[in-house]
Amino acid sequence: MSTPAEKPNADKPYTTVIGLEVHVQLATQSKLFCGCSIAYGAPPNTQTCPVCIGMPGSLPVMNREAVRLSIRTGLALNCRIDRHTKWDRKQYFYPDLPKGYQISQYDHPIASEGCVAIADPKDRFPEKQVRLIRAHLEEDAGKSVHSDLGGGDSVIDLNRTGTPLLEIVSEPDLRSAAEARAYLSELKLILTYLGVSDCNMQEGSLRVDANVNLHIDSGDKKIATPIVEIKNMNSFRAVEHAIEYEADRQHRVWQETGAVLGQMPKQTRGWNDATGKTVAQREKEESSDYRYFPDPDLPPLEISDEQIATERENLGRLPGALREELAGDHGLSAYDADVIVNQGVAMVDYYLAVAAASGDSKAAANWVTQDVLRVLKAREATIDELKLPAEQLAELIKALAAGEAPKPRGRELFDLMVEQDVPLAEAMRRLGIEKVDESALENLAQELLDANPRIVADVQAGKQQAVGALIGQAKKKNPNVDPNRFRQLCLELVAKQG
Amino acid sequence: MELLSLSAIEQRQALEAGDVSAEALTRAHVEHIAATDAGVGAFLRFDGDNAVDQATKIDARRAAGESLGALAGVPVAVKDVLCDANGETTCASKMLAGFRPPYDSTVVAQLKAAGAVLIGRTNMDEFAMGGSTENSAFQPTRNPWDTSLSPGGSSGGAAACVSAGMAPLSIGTDTGGSIRQPAAFCGVVGVKPTYGRVSRFGLVAFASSLDQAGPLARNTGDAALLLSVIAGHDPHDATSLSPLAGNDAPEDFTAELEKPLDGLRIGVVDEHFGEGLDAEVDSAVRAAIDVYKSLGAEVVPISLPHSRFAVACYYVIAPSEASSNLSRYDGVHYGYRTDEAAMRGELEAERKAAAEGDASDIDPTLVRLYRQSRSEAFGPEVKRRIMLGAYALSAGYYDAYYLKAAKVRRLIRDDFTAAFEKCDLIVGPTAPSAAPPLGKFEDDPLGMYLLDLYTVSANLAGLPAMSLPCGQTAAGLPIGLQVMAPQREEARMLRGARMYEAVTDWSARRPPIAEAQG
Repeated sequence: MSTPAEKPNADKPYTTVIGLEVHVQLATQSKLFCGCSIAYGAPPNTQTCPVCIGMPGSLPVMNREAVRLSIRTGLALNCRIDRHTKWDRKQYFYPDLPKGYQISQYDHPIASEGCVAIADPKDRFPEKQVRLIRAHLEEDAGKSVHSDLGGGDSVIDLNRTGTPLLEIVSEPDLRSAAEARAYLSELKLILTYLGVSDCNMQEGSLRVDANVNLHIDSGDKKIATPIVEIKNMNSFRAVEHAIEYEADRQHRVWQETGAVLGQMPKQTRGWNDATGKTVAQREKEESSDYRYFPDPDLPPLEISDEQIATERENLGRLPGALREELAGDHGLSAYDADVIVNQGVAMVDYYLAVAAASGDSKAAANWVTQDVLRVLKAREATIDELKLPAEQLAELIKALAAGEAPKPRGRELFDLMVEQDVPLAEAMRRLGIEKVDESALENLAQELLDANPRIVADVQAGKQQAVGALIGQAKKKNPNVDPNRFRQLCLELVAKQG
Repeated sequence: MELLSLSAIEQRQALEAGDVSAEALTRAHVEHIAATDAGVGAFLRFDGDNAVDQATKIDARRAAGESLGALAGVPVAVKDVLCDANGETTCASKMLAGFRPPYDSTVVAQLKAAGAVLIGRTNMDEFAMGGSTENSAFQPTRNPWDTSLSPGGSSGGAAACVSAGMAPLSIGTDTGGSIRQPAAFCGVVGVKPTYGRVSRFGLVAFASSLDQAGPLARNTGDAALLLSVIAGHDPHDATSLSPLAGNDAPEDFTAELEKPLDGLRIGVVDEHFGEGLDAEVDSAVRAAIDVYKSLGAEVVPISLPHSRFAVACYYVIAPSEASSNLSRYDGVHYGYRTDEAAMRGELEAERKAAAEGDASDIDPTLVRLYRQSRSEAFGPEVKRRIMLGAYALSAGYYDAYYLKAAKVRRLIRDDFTAAFEKCDLIVGPTAPSAAPPLGKFEDDPLGMYLLDLYTVSANLAGLPAMSLPCGQTAAGLPIGLQVMAPQREEARMLRGARMYEAVTDWSARRPPIAEAQG
């Protein structure tokens, strides 16, 4: 796969080049090298043991489930899984790193060379494959809180040390904040489908660092600015804003200083959501020599073909394949397919059940993407919590199509069925909706036509829309009148008379 | 006292037979320690009352008919590097003075389960770095045979206490020879098991790929007994040996100990008998080899061509791993922290005194905390090895040093694999000389490193090796014979050693202090 083509951002004289490093906390029962829980929200320093505190004499023992989830994730991201991998110590001193080193993977990451496809329903960028350099496993560090709580001191919570993290590093293939956001959303969606992580940025189970620089047009050449690493972005929106701000800032700096890539070490800047700016962080001159070496406490890890085959078989359905299925087999628009798939596999299953039972893929899509989502959003609920079985929604769709209930009252029926957890027939009864007998409808139409010769004359003269006035009257006489059918009947009758 | 000259096995037999109570046995040892350790310094901490209390409880349990472990009532001393939740574990360092681990090392747990009376914590070189126990931050240990001499190291206290009759058994640790060399200098038996044979969980790490805990005793039978208690797979140690072919049964190294090895081929290494070997040691070892011949063993000359790189290889790998393992001692979470108030005062003064805008050279507070805590609490040898190790792992040097040493290590191991096709055990000197005087290597750390000449290869190759007494110098100082075996072959090694021990009496020799009354 080649580097994506360079196209300067539409209105700017430069191309923004972005690579993202995403740290994902894996949803294991316990930490990567000990049995402590990784549940969120425990009081400080209560989910620790001699191993994750790095007490003298303690030793790490590998969590197999973390490895399995990493293989699973690597396969879903189209990576190559390394059959022979190992653990390395990444060494530096910081109070939230009690051993003085982090057990990570240096030159043999468990997964490498994958890709994630992204597309934009609003067409702000063309579909593309974002290449992944690697995904490797490492243990998390603890948390430092620099606040006034400790009387000016920093306080350390070691609950988080040892939590298994999968660090997913992309190539710098992203070309805009929108692409970055799309990549993150898709990555999160895939991980959610896989069930490997909670992907909750607020709880810290998904963290993002961005590496950003510019390729600036200069005559027929492109000049690369120094790369800046941006940290401390706490939402996808923050990532978008930070990248936009940073691109603009780098352009200004380049105009002032002309500094290009290679002239200085990579700078680190922190995003400040409150001010909407990135701020330079203190340079750690020797931070780059981590003195990596293989961890002698952990034997190398051999991954068998069987393990990989098993994980591949159990990947389950993933967003990309499901979008294709919905668009292909069910003829949905890319937009609708996206909406359904983005809600998760439970929603996809719900949609498929509604489509199958109702026999109408498109109608099912409309109802799911509009009304079902509307209700879920209002109630802040998930599809599993929705009290409207797929079969019932399908019944509603069929009834509306068959004219057994008037289309304009469809939403009313839907809302009642959801709110009061009743089946269609009961809802119709409660709303007094009945299918109006065809002959009764005809009689009514004839009655109103007879009473409105002027309208008949207009229609005969070609103004079919004149019939519209009668619809309101018909509905007043019988609220169950289906306006479309009524209109049709009127026109037929007039035509007969004509 | 008679009791003190009994072997551990004999003590256990006496206890089981009811000839003596554990309390009486422990008291005898406690009294002896109280009377003699002032001149030896084998123990860093020794609580006689606590030991007697442990023994009394064993007696009670025995009286109640409970089934007891293999060491029930037998006193065992433990090197102060294995965590014991019932007190301090200092590693003979200011860094861990007062440190109380919240957990037992697996070895200590095994000893407790076996009913051993943990009689005290023995002195060592700080963080096990050294060959003479002079690097202890707290006190030197003196060789019981001649108190002007070193007992060796780093398990000097463990070797001295067994040699002096203070306990029949002790646990030491061996990273480059730290059980075997002091065993040789103190005239006792010391065993370094196959790497992974004994759990390292709770063994404060010096060099992770080299460290092993092992027994010190006055004879091979006792060493085999203690080894059997502490050996075994531990799921808390990922480098712990898994049982072979699903055979989970704990190995009993005493089982066939008295059975000589038929058709034994003794390998004698050309390279061991060259420059640096003391003449008296040379002749004692050759005499030992002759004893093997008289027992029917075939002597096979073998070569370990890469052995001349062993010390250099060891002194790249061990410090590298140590520099990493000791990073956790940073004054933040446990252990020694510098006087913060004083530190802040100094920093403030420095910043004020700094020329305008030139405060950039002054440490940030955190860095100063690290720098001072570690500088104040680590001894010079520890610092030397941390610096060596950090250098060998640093960017630009990793390939030339650490990686290269790892490759040479493999060659050293391959030498043994080839040698063991031609012989069953390798026999030779444990150390190039007898015990050196205290203070000899004060300005010559490299000279001390060279004492490890014969012992480091076994750690590099992960093989079992042991030392047992095979002679004395004219001055009456013990000389040690090293026996090495292939991986997992401790039983063979102990049987081979026992063959020699059974027909000689070097192991029975005791320093005068061991006979001391009281």
